[in-house]
Amino acid sequence: MYAIEVRNLWRTFKTRDGVVEALRDVNLKIKKGELFGLLGPNGAGKTTLIRILTTLLLPTKGEAYVWGYSTATEERKIRPIINMVSGGEYSGYGLLTVKENLWMFSQFYGIPGKVAKRRIEYLARRLKFEDILNKKVRNLSTGQRQKMNVARAFLTDPKVIFLDEPTLGLDVEVARVIRDFVKEWLLENDERTVLLTTHYMHEAEELCDRIAIINEGRIIALDTSDNLKKLVSREFSLVLRIHPKINISWINKIEGVQKYLTREEENGLRVRIIMSREESIADVVDGIIKHGAKISYLKKEEPTLEDVFLKLTGRGLE
Amino acid sequence: MIEFLRAVKGRAYPRVIGALREPSWMLWDTFLPLLSLSAYVFVYRSLHAPREFEGFVILGGIMTAYWLNVLWGMASQFYWEKETGNLQYYIMAPASLESILAGMALGGMFGTTTRAIGILLLGTWLFKVDMSVTNPYLLLLIFVICLAAMYAMGMMFSSLFLLWGREAWVTSSLFEEPIYFLSGQNFPVKALGPYLSMAASIIPLTLGLDAMRQLIFPSSIKFALMDPYLELIFLSILTIVYLFLAKVFLRKMENIGKTKGTILTRWL
Repeated sequence: MYAIEVRNLWRTFKTRDGVVEALRDVNLKIKKGELFGLLGPNGAGKTTLIRILTTLLLPTKGEAYVWGYSTATEERKIRPIINMVSGGEYSGYGLLTVKENLWMFSQFYGIPGKVAKRRIEYLARRLKFEDILNKKVRNLSTGQRQKMNVARAFLTDPKVIFLDEPTLGLDVEVARVIRDFVKEWLLENDERTVLLTTHYMHEAEELCDRIAIINEGRIIALDTSDNLKKLVSREFSLVLRIHPKINISWINKIEGVQKYLTREEENGLRVRIIMSREESIADVVDGIIKHGAKISYLKKEEPTLEDVFLKLTGRGLE
Repeated sequence: MIEFLRAVKGRAYPRVIGALREPSWMLWDTFLPLLSLSAYVFVYRSLHAPREFEGFVILGGIMTAYWLNVLWGMASQFYWEKETGNLQYYIMAPASLESILAGMALGGMFGTTTRAIGILLLGTWLFKVDMSVTNPYLLLLIFVICLAAMYAMGMMFSSLFLLWGREAWVTSSLFEEPIYFLSGQNFPVKALGPYLSMAASIIPLTLGLDAMRQLIFPSSIKFALMDPYLELIFLSILTIVYLFLAKVFLRKMENIGKTKGTILTRWL
């Protein structure tokens, strides 16, 4: 039995502008004990899939199972063994303290008061927020609040936990504490399973045993991080910062340029190019200079998951 | 059952703490309603209305505090919970939504009772209202059953408000003034005539106020709609009906939310 199994899953939404296909024929099998990543840009269908798996949404077509139970018909069996954290969430009540909020949520899972208290103290120690346990939630910073949210979800000792962009908008230190905690939590028990959605490729690379890349509702690749990167193993990435902003669509005509991605920055562009010929770097540099721009940064990099995504979809993750 | 009670306790807690931790709310929620009650009392005095009418106003003010809590703290609550992101966690949790609503109701009753006591004490002291309770046990029973029916109605509305649309505060406002009128908040509801007053009896506040007035101001029996015992029976029936409908609408809300994806989460 898999921790999570999804078969031919479709989900559509009716909007004023027509029908949106949020998930299209998704198939997944996640083993118990696995930390599985779902990597994709905003609007790719990650959150919709999590909502179906957490029994908050019904699929339009297809089936989804958590711990062997159908998310559509056996939600009462699923709910006690799952929990979820979303990035940037504002759950809880501002006038309660962190400790009181966590205790309140524990009561919805029938956890006895003493057990809840012990777990809250343990999680506060592990997530490094002991100093704010008696602080009112409305006075918390974003990072403190997200640590509390993570504790809320792990407090119920779930078998399967869904982390939906859990480090979204957090500073590096808080994100690291959360990531370290998730890794350690998994090691404590062989069967604990995590489904993590993120559009931070380094987070997926660091944490996940396997990664599915999702785009426009479809799983377009699924494997370990290393195997996925083999899809672009013959290529390398060239990262450049140029200024001022110029049109670089001509870059596609250079031999060896496979895909490129630009991101606007102050006074210029950040360009990421997937290339297969080292000899072509000079052509790229020459072209930029001929078009009147200067290069302030240039680096040849090993391929990343973002390059895999770029190669598969022709677009970036963010 | 223990799990149900734990969930009730858990959800009641923020409301109980809210009432105790923010005493400034209590001051305003007691003082401001007293101002509007005073206006009615002075109108009755200037018209030389029977003295018990001033008592009607105080009693109406107390029960209106509960009605406002039902509207803003129960009926609209799921809408606010959706906006803050709590609703999805309530639905995802093993606890039933009924236990969450029961917790909200009990916590709300606690907070409102502190305000109601304030209105009662200040109102009777300021206007020298003379109360002579004839049957305290029946009065207490009617008060409790009336609250149960009102909060059951609030539970029913909590799902409906969410289904009806996004502007919960508009819907709540819509239910404020008409209920003041139909419940006979400040006047004997019998004055509305037999048909309208009977129709208004589906509002628990109407029957509760009418029954309690008879038991607190015996001389007002001539203004009464029906016998307090009969009103107790009707209130009990209303409690059961509204609780049943609350359960039906909760399931309906959850089902529509899961099917359409438009109700349970704020960004869909």
